[in-house]
Amino acid sequence: MSTATTTHSAVSRRERPPLLVAGPVAWARANLFGSFWSSLVTLGLTYFLIKFAVGFIDWALIKSVWTVPMDPATGKLNPEACRAAKGEGACWAVIWDKYRFILFGRYPFDEQWRGAIVIVLFLGLFVVSAMRRFWRRELVLIWIVTLTAIGVLQWGGVFGMPYVGQDEWGGLPITLILSTFGLAFAFPIAILVALGRRATTLPAVKLLCVVYVELIRGVPLISLLFMASVMFPLFMPVGLNPDKLLRAQIAIILFAAAYLAEVVRGGLQALSRGQYEAADALGLTYWQKMGLIILPQALRLVIPPLVNTFIGFFKDTSLVLIIGIFDLLTSGKVAVADPIWQAFSTEVYIMLGLIYFCFCFSMARYSQGLEREFAKSGGR
Amino acid sequence: MSDSTRDAIVLDKVNKWFGQLHVLRDVSLTVGQQEKVVVCGPSGSGKSTLIRCINRLETHQEGRILVDGTELTDDTRALDTVRREVGMVFQSFNLFPHLTILENCTLAPIWVRKMPKAEADEVAMEFLTRVKIPEQAGKFPGQLSGGQQQRVAIARALCMRPKIMLFDEPTSALDPEMIKEVLDTMIELAESGMTMVVVTHEMGFARQVADRVVFMDEGEVVESGTPTRMFEEPQTDRLKLFLSQILRGH
Repeated sequence: MSTATTTHSAVSRRERPPLLVAGPVAWARANLFGSFWSSLVTLGLTYFLIKFAVGFIDWALIKSVWTVPMDPATGKLNPEACRAAKGEGACWAVIWDKYRFILFGRYPFDEQWRGAIVIVLFLGLFVVSAMRRFWRRELVLIWIVTLTAIGVLQWGGVFGMPYVGQDEWGGLPITLILSTFGLAFAFPIAILVALGRRATTLPAVKLLCVVYVELIRGVPLISLLFMASVMFPLFMPVGLNPDKLLRAQIAIILFAAAYLAEVVRGGLQALSRGQYEAADALGLTYWQKMGLIILPQALRLVIPPLVNTFIGFFKDTSLVLIIGIFDLLTSGKVAVADPIWQAFSTEVYIMLGLIYFCFCFSMARYSQGLEREFAKSGGR
Repeated sequence: MSDSTRDAIVLDKVNKWFGQLHVLRDVSLTVGQQEKVVVCGPSGSGKSTLIRCINRLETHQEGRILVDGTELTDDTRALDTVRREVGMVFQSFNLFPHLTILENCTLAPIWVRKMPKAEADEVAMEFLTRVKIPEQAGKFPGQLSGGQQQRVAIARALCMRPKIMLFDEPTSALDPEMIKEVLDTMIELAESGMTMVVVTHEMGFARQVADRVVFMDEGEVVESGTPTRMFEEPQTDRLKLFLSQILRGH
């Protein structure tokens, strides 16, 4: 690669094309001011963008209220300053007052440090899993240990931490638990289903996989969640009633697996038959062929739609709101139901949006980096 | 297991259909130990299907195929045995693009033959040296020319130390200037005493290497014999027509 560039620049006399052919000025001339109408649209849009940005900064940063005083009579915060600035400036005091409730829901206030550690553990787990040099067998162990630690912290009941039931869990840890466990379990299931759907020699397995995917894809996630929370307990024997969170978790896993299976199947179909035949001719077994040759290539091919589905499901976990599970979105919604802050939901939703955005945007950037890296090594 | 008097490959009245299409008609062929057989014929004559039946990439519906004394049936254990002993080189190389050249060569020895990695690396480097590209071991297939890729494919098959090598039009996908390097590798392999079945149109190669040339047309073996006899005194009109066509093409 590098040798090619050097020979190229040695051959061509000029080191760089003139500024008006390439570079930002030329780009702007060609793309923004190419014609009269193009220039007009550029100027018009620029005007509105600047006007919007100025207005937003004014509202969010300049005219905003950051803290409000405590009312000594009631011991509650007095939102008078916010009410005065309403419509002109943001009231960030609501976040200051409610951030712990938004992040941890109804989890006992004095124990919320445990939720904070859980969030840090999740973030650490994501960062470690994202680094290719940790892609070894030990990673599975790291996952098991971390997820166990998260369970211990959330439940407590050991090491002097009081027990906290699942109905008291809430906030960001719930969102992270639902999405992480959801995708971690859905992904292997998805791979098996995708392989099963292509198993032409096992018609029963194939049929089962097709029925599974089509059945799950055919209903909205909300209806699956309702079924999990309302209908499912009716069919269970008395006394054996898995927790609501667990039922929602299973519904999410089943739903995500059906979608991911189709993404994986797309990758399997994109590979040439020659890859399968070469693996067969070398005497590899079915699972060796799939695990060493087919899946590594197929999964690389489908990184963009795979991450797309991951991002979608991360946000879809917020649908558990309708069956009364306290995830991040539910906590935010309940936080602004407080009579003091009822008028200031915008600020809370902006914060929620930012949190979701940070996670989703990181996933998107990471997948782009991964694609680039794979394109560099072993591109075809 | 191996016994020098036993035939390497025996096909006995093999028939195969793709749906309604009868692609192999009563094909019988015996390949002796260390024999080199070149299979030629017009496209669609069933020669690729025939060679793919020998390691069961295609299944035959009638007749018997024995490879090194093992009959090919639905029994997967027999199939595993056969595939371990039979190496195959494809028209489109089919290297694994996500693995380095060295990893392409060591994968099957490590996972199928359960060879320790260090030994597999050593064997792979030995064969990469034999096909004259040891310096490319760390690269990925996409970084190599077609001729180099096909030589890697040959080395990859040889790393399993097969008793029989099958070549399915190994030079058809190559640019003309790269055909020779692949043929030279194959000639060297032939001289080392490997049993080979080669589907090819390279008549120069057939003349130089083949003990026997088999001419197929419309799923049948029409004629077979030594290369000299086949090319200089073709008996059937179909072979005469075929030879005139490919000679005109060259």
